[in-house]
Amino acid sequence: MAEEIKAGCARPTGGPVGEKVDNKKETPKQEAIKEVRAMVTVGKKAPDFTAPAYHKGKFVSVKLSDYLGKWVSLCFYPGDFTFV
Amino acid sequence: MSVDSVFVHKMWDDHELSKMVKGGIPFPMLSDGGGKVGSVFGVYLEDAGVEARGRFLIDPDGIIQGFEVLTPPVGRNVGETLRQMQAFEHVRNSKGTEATPSGWKPGKPTLKPGPDLVGKVWEVWKTSMAFD
Repeated sequence: MAEEIKAGCARPTGGPVGEKVDNKKETPKQEAIKEVRAMVTVGKKAPDFTAPAYHKGKFVSVKLSDYLGKWVSLCFYPGDFTFV
Repeated sequence: MSVDSVFVHKMWDDHELSKMVKGGIPFPMLSDGGGKVGSVFGVYLEDAGVEARGRFLIDPDGIIQGFEVLTPPVGRNVGETLRQMQAFEHVRNSKGTEATPSGWKPGKPTLKPGPDLVGKVWEVWKTSMAFD
């Protein structure tokens, strides 16, 4: 039977249950990604990225470095239909 | 930016945000499926599969001047973000000759760091100026 989930501002998550799947082969790859992860610091360059976006009725591609010359407030939030 | 798709962004803007902001959201709503960008900025919460409420102020040279990261249940203060941006812009325009003390906003006095100011901040800046 499915249980009802209380609505909150964090997205409910699930995952595999039962016996753990053997994913040893993938472990080194995962660690490599974590090492590459650049921590952001004040006074340092913001990591550049491109991302798909919705902007005034259109689907566009946004690149952070296209905003050089302007002040940018980059905001992350947990999910649509929550607040900022 | 969130892990939602651009299609969900459109639905949110069409059906809810446009009722709060006339004409809908004026800036791009970015999609970060899988949290790849969020991971680089250190705000992707792997267990929940979502991004924390991270806010990064990036100057015209692409340099991060400040950031704030909150867990999901508490919202940010947009006015404080704008105040910080005004302060950073003021400092930038002064070419580093001025600094903005606690609570500064446009119209309030700034500090001019130098040997003459050492031990004299109390004369030019009062605690009450930290508050509105």
